Amino acid sequence: MGDRKTMAIIASKGTLDWAYPPFILASTAAAMDMDVKIFFTFYGLPLLKKKIKAKVSPAGNPSMPMKMPFGPKAFQGIDWPIPNVVSNNVPGFETVATSLMKKTFKNKGVATITELRDMCAQLGVELIGCQMTMDVFGFELDEFIDGVTIGGAATFLEFAADADLQLFI
Amino acid sequence: MKEYNDELDCSGMNCPLPILKTKMKIDTMKDGEVLRVISTDPGACNDMPAWASRVGHVLVESCEEGDKFVFYIRKGE
Repeated sequence: MGDRKTMAIIASKGTLDWAYPPFILASTAAAMDMDVKIFFTFYGLPLLKKKIKAKVSPAGNPSMPMKMPFGPKAFQGIDWPIPNVVSNNVPGFETVATSLMKKTFKNKGVATITELRDMCAQLGVELIGCQMTMDVFGFELDEFIDGVTIGGAATFLEFAADADLQLFI
Repeated sequence: MKEYNDELDCSGMNCPLPILKTKMKIDTMKDGEVLRVISTDPGACNDMPAWASRVGHVLVESCEEGDKFVFYIRKGE
């Protein structure tokens, strides 16, 4: 094969739903023989922690389908009209929505975030943690999985400048 | 039935797992060998040829067997 393609991704979001795109695209790109680096910044940084605790947030997310991952097919097809006053204010709603989404992913054969992250590491994707975010939110390097490198905007841009694909997620 | 050297069953797996598992499996094989991949993911019908052509493998044949999609991929050099 000729020149290897390169992809530079910024992962800036840390909810369960938004944790998927960077890891899906990075692992697939690496499987397609591309050199990939992901720069984890702001709310994306906790995705590098040994145990990922990402939740999904139905609050302020009107496009999120509210469907049940169990019961008869017709029941599963119902998109429940949950009023904002419930999704924004009922204690524990986020936790329930998160476990329902995880169950849905499992039912549909979608890998967990941790599995995808492991595969990224296995396929040689470089994971870069943002130093400034670590300072601001109080993270230490030993909280992260092994193999994470630390850098700043210039570290990312130096690679992104010559990358064939650049994505901000 | 086509001849193949090794087989990978990705039934039940969703995007991007069939591609990732296929990549990891074919890396353990020799150039020119054929891998038979079974998938239940309709997305794989477009993904598998896209992946194969990008990395230099040859999708020799793809077909549907019942509710499954079967791909024969020859490892490129």
